[in-house]
Amino acid sequence: MDEIMELGLWQMVAAYLFIVVLYIILKLRGIEREKELLISTLRMTLQLVFVGYLLAYLFENNHVLWILLIIVVMQLFAIQNIFKRVKHPLGRKLKQIIILSMIAGTLASIFYFIIVVVQVTPWYEARYFIPIAGMMIGNSMTGVALGVQRLVEGMHDQRNHIEGALMLGATPKVASKKIVNQAFDAAILPTINSMVGMGIVFLPGMMTGQILAGLSPVTAIQYQIAIMLGIVGCVSITVIMFVQLGYKAFFNEKSQFRNL
Amino acid sequence: MFTLKEVTYNEILHIKELHIPGEKITCIVGESGSGKSTAVKLLNNLISSDAGSIEYKNKPIHTFDTIDLRREVVMVPQTPIIFDGTVKENLLIGLQFSEKPFVEDEKLHAVLETVHLKKSLEESADQLSGGEKQRLSLGRVLIMEPEVYIFDEPTSALDEATEDRVMGNIIKEIKGNQKTAIIITHSKKVAQTYGDLIVEIKNGQIVETKEISNHG
Ligand SMILES: Nc1ncnc2c1ncn2[C@@H]1O[C@H](COP(=O)(O)OP(=O)(O)OP(=O)(O)O)[C@@H](O)[C@H]1O
Ligand SMILES: [Mg+2]
Repeated sequence: MDEIMELGLWQMVAAYLFIVVLYIILKLRGIEREKELLISTLRMTLQLVFVGYLLAYLFENNHVLWILLIIVVMQLFAIQNIFKRVKHPLGRKLKQIIILSMIAGTLASIFYFIIVVVQVTPWYEARYFIPIAGMMIGNSMTGVALGVQRLVEGMHDQRNHIEGALMLGATPKVASKKIVNQAFDAAILPTINSMVGMGIVFLPGMMTGQILAGLSPVTAIQYQIAIMLGIVGCVSITVIMFVQLGYKAFFNEKSQFRNL
Repeated sequence: MFTLKEVTYNEILHIKELHIPGEKITCIVGESGSGKSTAVKLLNNLISSDAGSIEYKNKPIHTFDTIDLRREVVMVPQTPIIFDGTVKENLLIGLQFSEKPFVEDEKLHAVLETVHLKKSLEESADQLSGGEKQRLSLGRVLIMEPEVYIFDEPTSALDEATEDRVMGNIIKEIKGNQKTAIIITHSKKVAQTYGDLIVEIKNGQIVETKEISNHG
């Protein structure tokens, strides 16, 4: 079966039956989630259809400007999402540090991956650039959001310890070292753990898609391994940049602890 | 050592004038919430005043590098802070933070003796009782041998006999080395026994400064 099987209209309708089943269960049990279910299904469908056509267009019309526009949109979305996900006020300085580490960390990783690892020419080949950038930015977004959350909480909960260290003559860097390490750890742990389950607990979406679409599993896996390593690297670089700079937002120029 | 003039902080403090002499023990007393802890945090630059002047060694405090200042003017906070690790690690951490060379175990044992803490160096510090943690945090600062000691209610968790012994030892050591100490205390007895100067704070203002001349 080397040929790619396209799904026809009725086959798609059959797939939507899964949602109907869930809808009926919700109705019968009186669980009030139907509205969310319908909206989510609709959004998923519309978004994917839109992205499908968009990608088809972009793959046909490779242009560096399109790629640049897409990076900007992805970054804006990711940064906005980090701000929204963290349940604490962040303050101007910390926000600037989040923006800086997201942009610098992901761009460095994406270009290294495209140019050195996959060796795509031209570098802005949409077929490669868009999924790779999407995965790296998406995973870094999750990592940084976790890191921000832990850093802010740690600084808040351990304020007495930090001030205790300052009173003993510690620099802000030394005083907050433990919290910075904990935030880094919390931020990269899910990414590290996701490597363990790879291929056994779940086949990642990208790979499943490629295999179903007819690519050899061996090639799909090569890409999957490379992208997984790329994601680990990208998340680490982004998060380490964030925590190394982020703790500074909690101190003023006189090395006094300050609230955000 | 310190001279404060017309110092205000956040509606909490209004200090017209205060002089804290060098090589003496200054005790600060006053009811809870009167601003004692806030006042001493101005002296190691943990906070900065909104207005007024604070001088340390006759120079405005803001001309000192903050970190260097805190290595000279070391404060023990009201709630003892214990870091992860053993008694030994907790004793040494002040030297580590202030980038000073470590001392031999012999010295550590001597300090434990001074603060009357009968614990082995290898014991885990988070299992100590409240009063033991307080004494550990005092010992940690004695090892650092700073120019100025600030103690915020150093014996609040100790019984009277232990308080006597520990304070007696600490004061003897500070006086012997001709260092300066500022002690916030609720104990009239501690203030009377050890203070060369007693400063009373009420509602953020200094209401009385009394020199005690029968000792020191
Ligand atoms: N960072 C702060 N922001 C606002 N108010 C504060 C702050 N720190 C302390 N205060 C307030 O300032 C007042 C003085 O506090 P401070 O801790 O100096 O009192 P204290 O004299 O040390 O009391 P105690 O004997 O109970 O320790 C209190 O009313 C306290 O609520
Ligand atoms: Mg106090």
